[in-house]
Amino acid sequence: MIRLLQRDLILALRAGGGFGLGLGFFLILVTLVPFGIGPNSERLAAIAPGILWLGALLACLLSLDRIFALDYEDGSLDLLATAPVPLEGVVAMKALAHWITTGLPLVIAAPILGVLLHLETAAYLWLIVTLLIGTPALSFIGAFGAAITVGLKRGGLLMSLLVLPLYIPTLIFGAEVVRRGALGFEVATPLMMQAAITAGAIALLPFAAAAAIRIALR
Amino acid sequence: MASLWEWANPHKFMTWTAKALPIISIAAAVVTVIGLIWGFFFTPDDYRQGATIKIFYIHVPTAMIAINAWLMMLIASLIWLIRRHHVSVLAAKAAAPVGLIMTLIALATGAIWGKPMWGTYWEWDPRLTSFLILFLFYLGYLALWEAIEDPDTAADLTSVLCLVGSVFALLSRYAVNFWNQGLHQGASLSLDKQENVADVFWYPALVALFGFVLMFVALVLLRTRTEIRKRRVHAIELRERVQG
Repeated sequence: MIRLLQRDLILALRAGGGFGLGLGFFLILVTLVPFGIGPNSERLAAIAPGILWLGALLACLLSLDRIFALDYEDGSLDLLATAPVPLEGVVAMKALAHWITTGLPLVIAAPILGVLLHLETAAYLWLIVTLLIGTPALSFIGAFGAAITVGLKRGGLLMSLLVLPLYIPTLIFGAEVVRRGALGFEVATPLMMQAAITAGAIALLPFAAAAAIRIALR
Repeated sequence: MASLWEWANPHKFMTWTAKALPIISIAAAVVTVIGLIWGFFFTPDDYRQGATIKIFYIHVPTAMIAINAWLMMLIASLIWLIRRHHVSVLAAKAAAPVGLIMTLIALATGAIWGKPMWGTYWEWDPRLTSFLILFLFYLGYLALWEAIEDPDTAADLTSVLCLVGSVFALLSRYAVNFWNQGLHQGASLSLDKQENVADVFWYPALVALFGFVLMFVALVLLRTRTEIRKRRVHAIELRERVQG
């Protein structure tokens, strides 16, 4: 399992394109927002929590098809499915690898991009905390979406349609924590709700994703 | 021993629905028309809402069916995953477009009612938002059915999606509650509450609701029959290709 994680990480690092692409997308999205909204710093500060969360979510979404698609094409997913490790564990490791290569860089980059959007000083800590707690949920939910569309020829757009509604609770609580943090309100409730969603997604979705992969490989 | 599951045998299903469908359809038409005519023409206008109360007779039944259609799909998907009854998953597939349209009607009638009453067609109110989210879930479910060619794979994957989707739809429902306070009034038809709408509006609404439920059953049966026939045609085509 650890080997699998290493393999996925090395592949993501060496195969090129994958690792920095999500970050680049995040940067461009945040750069484009002031062009659409106008450079008024108060207005930007007001929407910064939502934009940063949305950007992280979309950057995550765009890299989801990498989780299984390549392995499905070259047949290594068949090998993994017949290997003497539980497929659920394989899915969990792949989701974890996706989080390390996409979610974690986003967590680190988000505060820097927060400066561009004039995010309130009080909100930085909460931005990092919610992204740290919330992005694993994005990876695990995304792994389920990727698993369900893995055998399809044009799965990309369909996967967005399936995965984005599943992201709604995470997004709501994540942006809510940052918004409350910016205003100096109490944040414990949404933070705990978000942590619960992440924990639930990590615990349950690998089973659903593994079931979907078994069906797709049948 | 006759078991409940025998009714799900495709052949038996086709036989009994062939007899039941016309009866249910006619009953649905009659009850819906009675409920709506009663509601539209034989009830007084509400003292605050005026004639806009009439839209309530369409809005509430469609909204309830929109939610319960998903519940029915969830149960049918579970039955398919556990007991592999083809009719069950086809019924889930058949219910999805009906639920989608009901969601759309509920949203549209709500918007039409909302303009004179709340002064806006759309507000990011928890109930409205969660209905929009439900609409998205229906869209995703249907899109997944369309995208997969192999019928059994499609049935399995959509069922799994339906299960996971149900959990997330519920989560979203309560997350949305948390996110914004609402304009929408509480449930207007519930059995356990003292504060229901006045009886004048309540009885025709119940009749209309019953009519819409019958209509939903009739539509789902009809669409399931179509799906079964489609499967049979598909099977015949495959057989001919093998022979010819």
